Amino acid sequence: MSSRSARLDFPVFSANPKLVYLDNGATAQKPISVIDAIARAYAIDYATVHRGVYARSQHMTEAYEAARVAVAKFINADEKEIIFVRGATEAINLVAQSWGRTFLKAGDEVVLTELEHHSNIVPWQLLRDQIGIVLKFIPINGEGDLDYDAAKQIISEGTRLVSIAHVSNVLGTVIDLPRIFSMAKAVGAKTFVDGCQSAPRMVIDVKALDCDFYTFSGHKLYGPTGIGVLYGKYDVLATMPPYHGGGAMIETVSFERSTFLPPPLRFEAGTPHIVGVLGLHAAVDYVCEIGMANIAKHEAHLLAKTRDTLRLFNSVRVLGPEHGSGAVSFVMECVHPHDIGTILDEDSINIRAGHHCAQPLMDVLGVPATARVSFGVYNTADDIDRLGSAMEKVVRIFR
Amino acid sequence: MILPTQFTALRDELLLLDDWEDKYRAIIDLGRALEPMSPALKTAATKVPGCSSQVWVYAQPHEHGGLHFTGDSDAHIVKGLVALLLSLIQNRTPDDILALDPRAELASLGLASHLSPTRTNGFAAMAERVRALARQAQQGAL
Repeated sequence: MSSRSARLDFPVFSANPKLVYLDNGATAQKPISVIDAIARAYAIDYATVHRGVYARSQHMTEAYEAARVAVAKFINADEKEIIFVRGATEAINLVAQSWGRTFLKAGDEVVLTELEHHSNIVPWQLLRDQIGIVLKFIPINGEGDLDYDAAKQIISEGTRLVSIAHVSNVLGTVIDLPRIFSMAKAVGAKTFVDGCQSAPRMVIDVKALDCDFYTFSGHKLYGPTGIGVLYGKYDVLATMPPYHGGGAMIETVSFERSTFLPPPLRFEAGTPHIVGVLGLHAAVDYVCEIGMANIAKHEAHLLAKTRDTLRLFNSVRVLGPEHGSGAVSFVMECVHPHDIGTILDEDSINIRAGHHCAQPLMDVLGVPATARVSFGVYNTADDIDRLGSAMEKVVRIFR
Repeated sequence: MILPTQFTALRDELLLLDDWEDKYRAIIDLGRALEPMSPALKTAATKVPGCSSQVWVYAQPHEHGGLHFTGDSDAHIVKGLVALLLSLIQNRTPDDILALDPRAELASLGLASHLSPTRTNGFAAMAERVRALARQAQQGAL
């Protein structure tokens, strides 16, 4: 792929020609096709879905369900296994509260890792406080990779669920999911993949992964905010009670009781984020047109160049595994990441400085915060050269 | 309101600098020259929330009814801003401190975007903490 042409797809760069945007791990910029899809949905085609007798609503329903088909194809799922949610955070809370409260009891173990984002820790802590489950964490080693030997000990007879990030948002570590899943399956545990950092940059095949749940957020995939996807194996979803109650998810309602629609609509109470879903469809089309394998290759090249560039600075320590995905975290002797991010921004270079919503991981790494560079389709080798020059300024200024 | 010479001298120096790198360096140097804060004073009570790096500010009574401040941050630039704020208010009375508008004084320095008072560098939160401490001192509660 040519990243120079991808850059042209994003109006933010024509409006801000100097911008070097390297905070894609937090959220990605939007291509014109997504912006147009949102504008068209509100300006021309707008109507409710799933309940209109008139043609406009039926057309909107068709567009909404076409998005479900496109998302299903994107991760190789069946369309009835795709639930639209607000984002990955809601997806994890949904599974914790619906599946977790139904099938887990006091003493049951949920296994996470030390790499998790807060969104894959806090929902399980809430559930622990509600019903007394036990949380266990697979540690990481000095290279920032999972300790698979320790995982073998931790995933055991008491394990009912392994919930794990596919790619670390801080270190870019790619988890060997088949290896973890074979341990989980050996003890009959269910599996949940937080795909926020993998869906935007690699080919995802949930059937091949054979996970029970997979989630990703639209806004990191060049789509709108406030929309995300929960995939669940249909047989598993069918056993789960609703998470939210309301309109659109019921079969019959009386004052005494209600019966619910089958998945996925069972889990989409109320008027959904119709326009967000259409925007997400445009985003999925956008990345598929470039090709996920091409995006993966492009970002791998930028990641290697970034590590090489940062390594030239004696005072910089680059964290995480050599061949990660999507992100490079680093720290600098005697200079706080906040200082680095501030100086880089004076050169219109946007990076993340902080704990990346992964405070427990910061504790494990023994740093209060890191500076993180994370990539997208529009980043270029020139962006990384600009980062290198700006880092020279950082060194000069804090000398 | 007469501003302390430490602050006005710094303002004169900053206004002479054209290059934003030099301005940052001046702010960072100011932080490096800040009176050290004892680690024992860096507590939850002295920590200023609302800053993306860690910031602490502590006040104790000084002679002639003034307040003596110590402060620190783990980030250089923010520490420079702590020093800048303290240069405005050091050893002054609570009445004098509350009569000042630290954000307006910071804005008068013509600094780069990140050092402006509207940015999320924590300056507003620090200035608010200093005012709260001055109000406490007025009420004899410090």
